[in-house]
Amino acid sequence: MRKLLFESVFRQPLTERAPLPDDAAVAELATALGQTARRRLGRSLSIREVDAGSCNGCELEIHALNNAYYDVERFGLRFVASPRHADVLMVTGPVTKNMREALERTYQATPNPKWVVAVGDCARNGGCFAGSYAVVGGVSEVIPVDLHIPGCPPAPTAMLQGLLALLERADAGAVTS
Amino acid sequence: MPSLIDLTLEGRKIGQHRPWPRVVVDASVWTFAAAELAHGRWNMLGLWGEPATVHMAIMDGQTTEIAVISLDCPSRTFPSVGRHHPPARRLERTIDDLFGLSAEGAPDTRPWLDHNRWGVRFPLGDRIDALPKAAPYSFLAAEGDGLHQIPVGPVHAGIIEPGHFRFTASGETVVRLEQRLGYVHKGIDGLMSGASLERGVHLAGRTSGDSTVAYAYAFSRAAEAALDLAVPDRAVLLRALLAELERLANHLGDIGAICNDASFALMHAHCGVLRESVLRAAGVAFGHRLMRDIIVPGGVSRDIGADGVEAIRAALDNIRLRFPALVELYDNTASLQDRTVDTGVLKPPLARQYAAGGYIGRASGRSFDARRALAYPPYDRLRFDVPTLNEGDVNARVWIRVREVEQSLSLIEQILSRPPEGPTRTEVPLGGAVREGMAVVEGFRGDVLVWLRLRNGLIERCHMRDPSWFQWPLLEAVIENNIVADFPLCNKSFNCSYSGHDL
Repeated sequence: MRKLLFESVFRQPLTERAPLPDDAAVAELATALGQTARRRLGRSLSIREVDAGSCNGCELEIHALNNAYYDVERFGLRFVASPRHADVLMVTGPVTKNMREALERTYQATPNPKWVVAVGDCARNGGCFAGSYAVVGGVSEVIPVDLHIPGCPPAPTAMLQGLLALLERADAGAVTS
Repeated sequence: MPSLIDLTLEGRKIGQHRPWPRVVVDASVWTFAAAELAHGRWNMLGLWGEPATVHMAIMDGQTTEIAVISLDCPSRTFPSVGRHHPPARRLERTIDDLFGLSAEGAPDTRPWLDHNRWGVRFPLGDRIDALPKAAPYSFLAAEGDGLHQIPVGPVHAGIIEPGHFRFTASGETVVRLEQRLGYVHKGIDGLMSGASLERGVHLAGRTSGDSTVAYAYAFSRAAEAALDLAVPDRAVLLRALLAELERLANHLGDIGAICNDASFALMHAHCGVLRESVLRAAGVAFGHRLMRDIIVPGGVSRDIGADGVEAIRAALDNIRLRFPALVELYDNTASLQDRTVDTGVLKPPLARQYAAGGYIGRASGRSFDARRALAYPPYDRLRFDVPTLNEGDVNARVWIRVREVEQSLSLIEQILSRPPEGPTRTEVPLGGAVREGMAVVEGFRGDVLVWLRLRNGLIERCHMRDPSWFQWPLLEAVIENNIVADFPLCNKSFNCSYSGHDL
């Protein structure tokens, strides 16, 4: 402990290291997304992620949205722990029959206005798992979907682009909530 | 003490099974093997079904000899292994759910993957209609004064996979944890049947997203074993490069995530940056951040260019520069150590009994690492250590991962320093009428087993066994007598796969 205290006097604390290089495009995209969210909702956008049968690949890339490179939270995009706090459900996976009810109940627990974003190729139509006895299919077979973001899994930048597109459509009144 | 070879002499050998022997045995040899497993003389590597047969893969822990024994089940039953050897229990419940073959004398006959939502029973065996109404799942009882239950999931608070945890607690102390899994069961075993190798490796790579390389690797090796196919040397090396990049990315991400569960977000942020640097390098080198669909039967689907090598080298340099300071921070932060040291202790005998793979086994004295023990190429000619500890707590699992990060850095450096030139893929022949192959590959989480049978070039049957099968039950054991608040830490330090387990 003494070593740590001693060193911290002389050393730059880890937290004050130079900011990490940000991809300019990502910053621009996320800023635009944050502003649109505020126009529409008067506040930041809360997202609840639901894995309805995914292989976990999409979750890994959604996680990446929170790392220091993308850091979506500084733009007012926040992942929340409960559907009751959410504006957007990001749903991944082919919906498995064993997860169908849980997905429906999560959707019902989300207050209006709400949007559903289906993330990944499986979420569109079941992807490579379509036709299995254990799989319902795409997310839209269970709950209404406002936007689909393709990819296996979609890269973090593709997800930001998708969320932006959703909000633009919401602004234009194309999405009814 | 009988050796595995003696066991294989007891049965009828199947000629087309590679590279380890498979023999069809009778019920008495099957039961004898179960007893040997129970006495800890052998390790169970897998237990899976077919419409009228059950198979069990066994390894001699001392000699790393491997054999598969098979038992025909004309009466749709087989002697329970789980009765003697608890690690087999969930696997037997799964065989019953999928094929309708029941384990005679099994202590637990509740369904496991079947939540009575599929519309059919025994989907891979003789199908019958589902029960009209889903019976509530009966969780195991815990009795005592002042106990209360905490149900968690299947939808969890974080961005993680779904599963249900039923805690019974006395105040803050967990008395019993029972898991209920199967929520992300996609029927991958069923989808494999009749598929081409191309579709097979595609599915394998989507079995557990964080281990997409390991699964494609194991699947391809199993197919190549079945077909007696040699892979070009350059592809052999590139496969290990992919596998080590995957290990590196996952370990870095998880070390940070474990610390985050002890409210030490700083480690999480820094480790997340390092993980991202690996994924970006992988994206440059192989065109996909998670390196999906690169390993295929016959080799790899794309070669690495000079820009890819440069990107990986840059990521490695960055990690070498920054990671030691993070390790020191972890080691010197008392509040963090207070949460990880002596929390969630997995005792070595349990790790041995379950043949727990990966950092979970190696943090509890079980040194098995398929790269070393089975020495599949190119690991037979690369230098690396297999770090092992005996403490078995969250802290030990973190340290194993820290050491494995260092080993992976060294392995990647060795691979990049001498990649042989030449082709990266060879044509895959159709093979004979019936060919069988098995492979075990060390993923970041532990050993992934793939077994398959090809008929005229198509997959007749394929079974993939995630390391989590032998790790999930141990999480139930280690949380006992820990406080509820330490569950996220224990859970993250295990980081078992839901999708890989549920299939």
